[in-house]
Amino acid sequence: MRELKIFAVVVFFSLLTYWLVEPYAHHQMHMKVDKDGKEIVIKSHGFTYDGTDDIAEAERKGDAALVTKKKAFWADVKTVAALKGNAAAGETVFANCIGCHNGANINMGGVIPPNLDHSGAIYDKNYLIALIKDPAMAGNVDHKYADTSLHPMGSIKFTVSDNQQIADVVAYMQEKKAGEVTPKEAFTEACVRCHAVRYTKTTQLGDTPKFKHKKDELAHEIKVIEEQDLVKAYMGNLPPDLSMMIRARGEHFMETFIENPQGQLAGTSMPRVGLNQEGYEKVKEYLTEAGDPSKKAREQLGPWVIGFFVFFTILAFLWKKSMWRDLH
Amino acid sequence: MAHFEKANSLNEWMDQRIGLNTLKRVLNTEYWIPKDINFLWAMGMVLAATFGILVISGIFLLMYYKPDTNLAFDSVNYTIMAEVGYGWLWRHIHGIGASLVFLIIYIHMFTGIYYGSYKRGRELIWLSGMGLFVAFSAEAFSGYMLPWGQMSYWAGMVITNLFSGGSLEAYGLVEWIRGDYVPGDAYLTRFFMLHVFLIPLVIIGLIVLHFGTLRLPHVNNQEGAEIDFEEAADLWKAGKRKESKVIPFSPVFLSKDVFVMGVYFILFFYLVFYNFNFAMDPVNFDPADGLKTPAHIYPEWYFLWSYEILRPFSKDVGLIAFGIAQAALFFLPFIDRSPNVAPAHKRGLFKYWFWALIVIMIALTALGKLPPTDPLFATLGLIFAVAFLFMGPILFVITMFEKKIEKGA
Repeated sequence: MRELKIFAVVVFFSLLTYWLVEPYAHHQMHMKVDKDGKEIVIKSHGFTYDGTDDIAEAERKGDAALVTKKKAFWADVKTVAALKGNAAAGETVFANCIGCHNGANINMGGVIPPNLDHSGAIYDKNYLIALIKDPAMAGNVDHKYADTSLHPMGSIKFTVSDNQQIADVVAYMQEKKAGEVTPKEAFTEACVRCHAVRYTKTTQLGDTPKFKHKKDELAHEIKVIEEQDLVKAYMGNLPPDLSMMIRARGEHFMETFIENPQGQLAGTSMPRVGLNQEGYEKVKEYLTEAGDPSKKAREQLGPWVIGFFVFFTILAFLWKKSMWRDLH
Repeated sequence: MAHFEKANSLNEWMDQRIGLNTLKRVLNTEYWIPKDINFLWAMGMVLAATFGILVISGIFLLMYYKPDTNLAFDSVNYTIMAEVGYGWLWRHIHGIGASLVFLIIYIHMFTGIYYGSYKRGRELIWLSGMGLFVAFSAEAFSGYMLPWGQMSYWAGMVITNLFSGGSLEAYGLVEWIRGDYVPGDAYLTRFFMLHVFLIPLVIIGLIVLHFGTLRLPHVNNQEGAEIDFEEAADLWKAGKRKESKVIPFSPVFLSKDVFVMGVYFILFFYLVFYNFNFAMDPVNFDPADGLKTPAHIYPEWYFLWSYEILRPFSKDVGLIAFGIAQAALFFLPFIDRSPNVAPAHKRGLFKYWFWALIVIMIALTALGKLPPTDPLFATLGLIFAVAFLFMGPILFVITMFEKKIEKGA
């Protein structure tokens, strides 16, 4: 039928235009290439960490010494991961951590050391091992520090250095610092030391309390600004507010960026935070609640509205049929 | 004062005072539409419906939107999207509507070009329609500023910069338009006024004019046939519905319009609920920051073809080419010298010209978004931009030599 042919032509050109300006153009725009012009495919690897990305990056830079260093480091991590950790022994080692990770909300060398209450649940095991061995290497931000001991957590090297000790403390965290974790807890522990979320009234100091007096409110605001200044001095720029980030970046970007920030944004001062799959899901849930709270309502209402119009269209078709029946 | 009888019904009462029955007859039951049409003839009513949806959703959004550079972003993304009941729905409808209205405008325009619906007698339909296209473009651009995201800010920066006129360096004019050296509060509030008041007023006026210009020449038909509307109308009124070449707007033509609208709304709401990023660019969910230029600045898809005519040339040549491209389509009825009102497939070379135009416009649209840093895309952009500029003169020449089609053959 002629009318259907015309419809097919219209649909074809509309879809072609859509494909060109959306999937194709966006792929071209965000494509990363190495120095030979070959595309670098950035894939998520399920929030596990074995240094593959870091080694590949070093290889692309053509820095042989760096490649060797990265390979040696992640091989070490693998060795520790194979050791059997003793949680009871780990508890003693963990006492070293609490010196800084104490919930006092005091900035130490750039950021407030995060709470570790759910560290065994939201972070990957390999990453935790890597972090204790060398925080700068684990975060893939070693280019920022001439010496790892300059990293805010750099002193860990002098307190926990024995491989068995590392295995023990990680085993302890996985056993005792795990359990049920809410999206808010996961987000606070993993992200809030740098990022604010104004839509949930969260700052680098955590939840903003309610104040009776304007004076107290302003005093808190000043404390927030002071903390932000410290973070800014350390990071080079104030990390962005994450209120709308879930709408501003695609799923693929979020996943791969959180797994390895350098891959998507070479040179960024954001370190890898080492979330595992569960940790990421919780963080994503929190950001969705902040920046896209209508997602659930949208998905629920959608079929009803579309169903209504399908029904409407069927009725309209029958009306048209009856109107045009005796015209030809 | 004229003499008034006591009315026996509300209908009669209204009829006495504003001629309700005459209005119904003139606008509906005896407004004749040719019978030989396809679904593309429903695009006008689809556009009218989409405009209605944009107005209604716009009114709801207007109740909570705050035109202030400090508040705009959060009033849209927090107040409307998170706090107001169904605010997200109205915003998604408004965003999708703004994008789809251009898809339908383009289909409507290309339908007019394909069937020669701008030719002698119908020039004003085309001209008022082009006026609407320009007004809708201004409406879309001004509306895009309002969420005050990164793309709002930087697109505003780029487009207002065009008014510096290249080497004329008329920065005074640019500042006058912005009300500031860079887009700021004065800029946002004036574009807010344009978006919610002045341009909608112009659009409504132009829609009335557009409908008015249709009245005497009547709607075209699939074969471009000349119809004696009075004779055909008499046949219809005499009950000879098969023999008559026309149908009344209401209810016969309308029944088809409503069916097409139904199909359109299924697509519309599928996009509203499940696939909206093409109309609501993620980049614009980052708040405006004058110190952070996004890696890629591009307009919405419906402006890409004209953006790509600006981009591949040097500054001044680009601006001139861009100017020509904006105005060129207005002159279509006068460039086309052919005496024929007929669909493109019956018009010899014009058929190839039409499909070439479609290909060029789509190629320009794609290239307008693809990064010009890639030499292949840059070269293709230049080729298609030049090709577009040649389409006018080519049309003039090929239609001069177009053979007259004998009607009734």
